[in-house]
Amino acid sequence: MTAFAPFALEINALVKSFERPAVDGLDLNVRAGEFYALLGPNGAGKTTTLRMIAGLLRPDSGTIRVAGVDALADPAAAKRVMAWISDEPMIYDKLTPREYLEFVAGLWDVEPTLAEARADELLGWLGLAPHARERCEGFSKGMRQKVALAGALVHDPRVIILDEPLTGLDAGSARQVKSVLRERVDAGGTIIMTTHILEVAERMADRIGVIAHGRLIAEGTLEELRIAAGKGTSAGGHGGASLEDTFLALVAEQAQAA
Amino acid sequence: MSRPGSAVWFARHESRLAWRDWLAMMTAGRRERLRRVTIAFIAFVIFMHAVAYGMIGRYADAALDTSTLIAITASVLLAWLLMVSQAMESTTRAFYSRSDLDLILASPAAVEKVFAVRIATVAFTMAMMALPLAAPFINVLVARGGWRWLGAYGLIVAMGATATALAVGLTVALFRAIGPQRTRFVAQVVAAVIGAAFVIGLQVAAILSYGTLSRLSVLQSDAMIALAPGPGSVLWWPARAALGDGMALAGVLAASLALLGAAIAIVAPRFGDYAVAAAGTDRSVVARAQRPVAFRQTSPQRALRRKEWTLLQRDPWLMSQTLMQMLYLIPPAVLLWRGFDGGTGAYKLLVPVLVMAAGQLAGGLAWLAISGEDAPDLVATAPVPASFIVRAKVEAVLGVIAIVFAPLVAALAFASPWHALVTSGGIVVATASATAIQLWFRTQGKRSQFRRRQVSSRVATFMEAFSSIGWAATAAVAAASLWLAIAPALMALMVLAGAWFMSPRPRNAW
Repeated sequence: MTAFAPFALEINALVKSFERPAVDGLDLNVRAGEFYALLGPNGAGKTTTLRMIAGLLRPDSGTIRVAGVDALADPAAAKRVMAWISDEPMIYDKLTPREYLEFVAGLWDVEPTLAEARADELLGWLGLAPHARERCEGFSKGMRQKVALAGALVHDPRVIILDEPLTGLDAGSARQVKSVLRERVDAGGTIIMTTHILEVAERMADRIGVIAHGRLIAEGTLEELRIAAGKGTSAGGHGGASLEDTFLALVAEQAQAA
Repeated sequence: MSRPGSAVWFARHESRLAWRDWLAMMTAGRRERLRRVTIAFIAFVIFMHAVAYGMIGRYADAALDTSTLIAITASVLLAWLLMVSQAMESTTRAFYSRSDLDLILASPAAVEKVFAVRIATVAFTMAMMALPLAAPFINVLVARGGWRWLGAYGLIVAMGATATALAVGLTVALFRAIGPQRTRFVAQVVAAVIGAAFVIGLQVAAILSYGTLSRLSVLQSDAMIALAPGPGSVLWWPARAALGDGMALAGVLAASLALLGAAIAIVAPRFGDYAVAAAGTDRSVVARAQRPVAFRQTSPQRALRRKEWTLLQRDPWLMSQTLMQMLYLIPPAVLLWRGFDGGTGAYKLLVPVLVMAAGQLAGGLAWLAISGEDAPDLVATAPVPASFIVRAKVEAVLGVIAIVFAPLVAALAFASPWHALVTSGGIVVATASATAIQLWFRTQGKRSQFRRRQVSSRVATFMEAFSSIGWAATAAVAAASLWLAIAPALMALMVLAGAWFMSPRPRNAW
């Protein structure tokens, strides 16, 4: 039953340890149609969390539901509605962007006519149409990331998980990627993204979660976070502390408490 | 202390890097393995001395007759061609691998010194690579035949120098003739062909003349001895140098070092330009699809299989790496073709050769498909069970093996259905075993790391080789008697069981 799930993502008591705990009893809910930014210092457990959601790591314990589907019990069904993009674009040098999109559509078993129309639309949208028939081996980092993004969108996922998607992109490419992501959210999709570029989270996210030592230490809109950090005005966001100040205050507070 | 920027300073830098690279290769990045590696190396050296004693100990007092000179010259030529092949591989890599080239080229240092050192390093490496294999044979000859055989060590140095000079010359000639884009592929193919050509040529000649895969039958034939020049010919100098003729050794060494010096003097100053030109090929659009093809009706498995085949077909470097294995199929094919004509019982020779080749080819392809996945996260996040993905990749490997070996087995079936049946069974089992070992030992790697795949798990490499040998032996014996084949088959199964037992835990994804 996934059609009317109010939450795109429900995480409960999620635990993952390597040498030491990376994710330590994380609870997290992301609403359907929301742009959610997950922030945290290096080693906080952000990437580990996202990789567990995407099915790339098995949790030690806890539950993950994606669009109402128990992702641990039925991973294929959860993956069908999800897309994952990491900071390292996952593409094949010897394929053209079009061939890559055909391959991804094949993996997600998308009807070919529909996939082809979507692929052409995405390639045009991301400014890749002139390069659609060139092999990816000569592409810049920005172009490769755009090809990966097109691959993530070609199967029309309801939940898109992005781990530092803007790392290394130039201003133009970053704007294109952000614009595509915003349009997905406006169309009802859900975005869950980690980033170290706090301005992006500040400007784009509906809600922001701050994670440290594998736990969620604060969550809410920017204004709610400011209040939680003792840096905000209840009157509104304008003139309040920046997300950077708020984030650093929250992390420092948590470090002191620890 | 050498002055920074001098050739000696660069040589120290290069040797430090080479030493650490070698250590990392031998220990797979784990320093605690060094002791075990050292013990294994000593055991290998002792074993090789025993092998050398058994093989050539009786030739230590060999007289300087034409037959001996032919045998030594042929051996030297074979080793030298392999060195040329390796040196071409190294030179091509030096042109195309970026690593620290950008740093060096952007520095105010005299780059010709760096590249002179690098070319000399290739020559040194070639000689050093030959030593572990050659030294036991030379030592046995010294022990049994006297000090004169020490000249063979000098010959190895000369071989490394000339092989490198020729390899550098060939690569630069290719670079100029066909441009940097094509040179990478063509140089790899030429290297593979050079490395295999001599052995294959001798085998083909032996098959055509004597109906056997033995190379010695040609070399020791009356026709060859009649064709050989007189004992005073310059052609025999390398053989004479190996046998301890001081004049010949001095001549060969002087000529080879002069050749290497000339290659360095000519190429080193331009090496930076070649490297810059080679770097340009990364950025340019190297290929463009002919026309847009409509998306095809597919399934996840079919999409994966098609992707594997497309990538393999489009990567000339990988193709050239697998070409080496394919080249060795030429002699069996010639033997088969000749068998049609003569109706000899030579088919039994084909069975193990084909099975062994299939196992080895399958191992390389399975690594590419299973471990050499450039977008592992993408495939892992696809909404299909992991078993589907693995099955599709294994099918892709089996498909290639079927395409390569089906014509040979079909031809064999016309001549001898029984041998074809045994060969088919052997190919299937050897391929399945090699693929299974790659599955058990899978580690994530880039396709571009194919050359170093053996480094990631030496256990897997040895198990893969032993398994192929085991199944080849099984097939060879089975061609004569099914019952007797049980023993080698059991050994091959034990190798597989050992590989499974030693394989690491399964991956963590779900």
